[in-house]
Amino acid sequence: MLLIRCPYCGERPEVEFRHGGEAHIARPADPATLTDEEWADFLYMRSNPRGLHAERWRHVHGCGRFFNAVRHTVTDKFLATYKVGEPRPAPEGEL
Amino acid sequence: MQKFSALSLVRRAFGGHTGWQPQWRQPEPKKSYDVVIVGAGGHGLSTAYYLAAEHGVRNVAVIDKGWLGGGNTGRNTTIIRSNYLFDESMAIFDHAVKLWEGLSQALNYNVMYSPRGVLMLAHNVHDVQSFKRHLHANRLKGIDAEWLSPEQTKEFCPPLNISPDIRYPVLGATLQRRGGTARHDAVAWGFARAADALGVDIIQNCAVTGIRRGPDGAVIGVETEKGYIGARKIGVVAAGNTSVVMAMAGVRMPLESYPLQALVSEPVKADFPCVVMSNTIHAYISQSDKGEMVIGAGTDAYTSYSQTGGLHIATHTLDAICELVPMYRRLRMLRNWGGIVDVTPDRSPIIGTTPVPGLFVNCGWGTGGFKATPGSGNVFAHTIATGAPHAINAGFTLNRFRDGLLIDEAAAAAVAH
Repeated sequence: MLLIRCPYCGERPEVEFRHGGEAHIARPADPATLTDEEWADFLYMRSNPRGLHAERWRHVHGCGRFFNAVRHTVTDKFLATYKVGEPRPAPEGEL
Repeated sequence: MQKFSALSLVRRAFGGHTGWQPQWRQPEPKKSYDVVIVGAGGHGLSTAYYLAAEHGVRNVAVIDKGWLGGGNTGRNTTIIRSNYLFDESMAIFDHAVKLWEGLSQALNYNVMYSPRGVLMLAHNVHDVQSFKRHLHANRLKGIDAEWLSPEQTKEFCPPLNISPDIRYPVLGATLQRRGGTARHDAVAWGFARAADALGVDIIQNCAVTGIRRGPDGAVIGVETEKGYIGARKIGVVAAGNTSVVMAMAGVRMPLESYPLQALVSEPVKADFPCVVMSNTIHAYISQSDKGEMVIGAGTDAYTSYSQTGGLHIATHTLDAICELVPMYRRLRMLRNWGGIVDVTPDRSPIIGTTPVPGLFVNCGWGTGGFKATPGSGNVFAHTIATGAPHAINAGFTLNRFRDGLLIDEAAAAAVAH
């Protein structure tokens, strides 16, 4: 079980959280102008990297808030968690 | 290829079993091939076999970063069934079941297909209604499906606890008698041996590191750890690593990779007659021919390539199994492992062409791909050989996500997604 640091509550066990998928996928600014390809890309295409992944988590059984995290998808080690709206931190340290 | 038969077994036995040859070659890669398959799991090997056997395309290489059958093919719980909801799904999974029925003979290799029946347990009113809907859809398409009362369920599988006062009582079950299991390693080995005999080169422990494209955008070959290998066509069958391989050709995929785990107990007396699945409480159990109880758990909640799952996920499944089958409460678990499954937004696979000419993809089997192994390779071989999908995989395109033609198969793994 992962130990996840909620930026609001501190370290808590994984079962208190819900994974929210890839982070920083911006909703289209002008939806009416999007082509079908662009809609498909926004709705369905995911980077799914084998390595560092910026993703959303929600502390459902705690403060209830969404936040973002950078995690390595092979080791599952978290490099950083940060509040929504903050930029993705630069990768650093051992993976 | 040395043909297996009762006579050949007796003859080798009298020779002290010294006359057996390796079942496939360990070839060095040629300079180029007509078709390169990336991924030597069941689906990739069956694709190569059917390319050679049915389409006469024998200048084929199957390349894998590990050993053949070492990924999800060797890690799943080997359940075979075809009682899906949508027409497209029923067609491809039943195509596979029909091929399973004759596979050992076709490959001259015993894949130990055992149609012992698959029970899917209903635990609440919604389950009952939803399963009956599936069952009627199946029967309209000629797929065998029966509804069993709790008493009939108990009669079919006596170890089950059908007491009405457990946390999730059994309210009934669907039964597909043609469903069952096969020996997963034997499936990979059987396809590998048969494909090799038809001239297919299986190149193991050789990771593909790049996909090279010509000036017109079409694929011309793959970069590997053993150097560049030319290819007129490339079929990517890389399961959990599909997004990674497709990114080498600049193609984004509607996939997320999750760990899915399974565990196996110490071997016990053969007394569990069928496969039991319970989607509501995430328990999948059957008994291997060695006597071990083979148990499948759910996926982890987050995407990962770790090939290991969280212990709380396995514990959740064991809780359910201990209540459903009380006699297993003192059973010791021997091994626990994980595989990485590639999940699509609609839980249906993608089998077909891509925006890159000459590049084909077979992926997105999610948590339930083993059962489709022969059918998947059969229609994917047709797609690669002819450049156009077979009628059975025509709906499973990558473009369905652009066109809104999803095959929204929540029953894909029979789990509550």
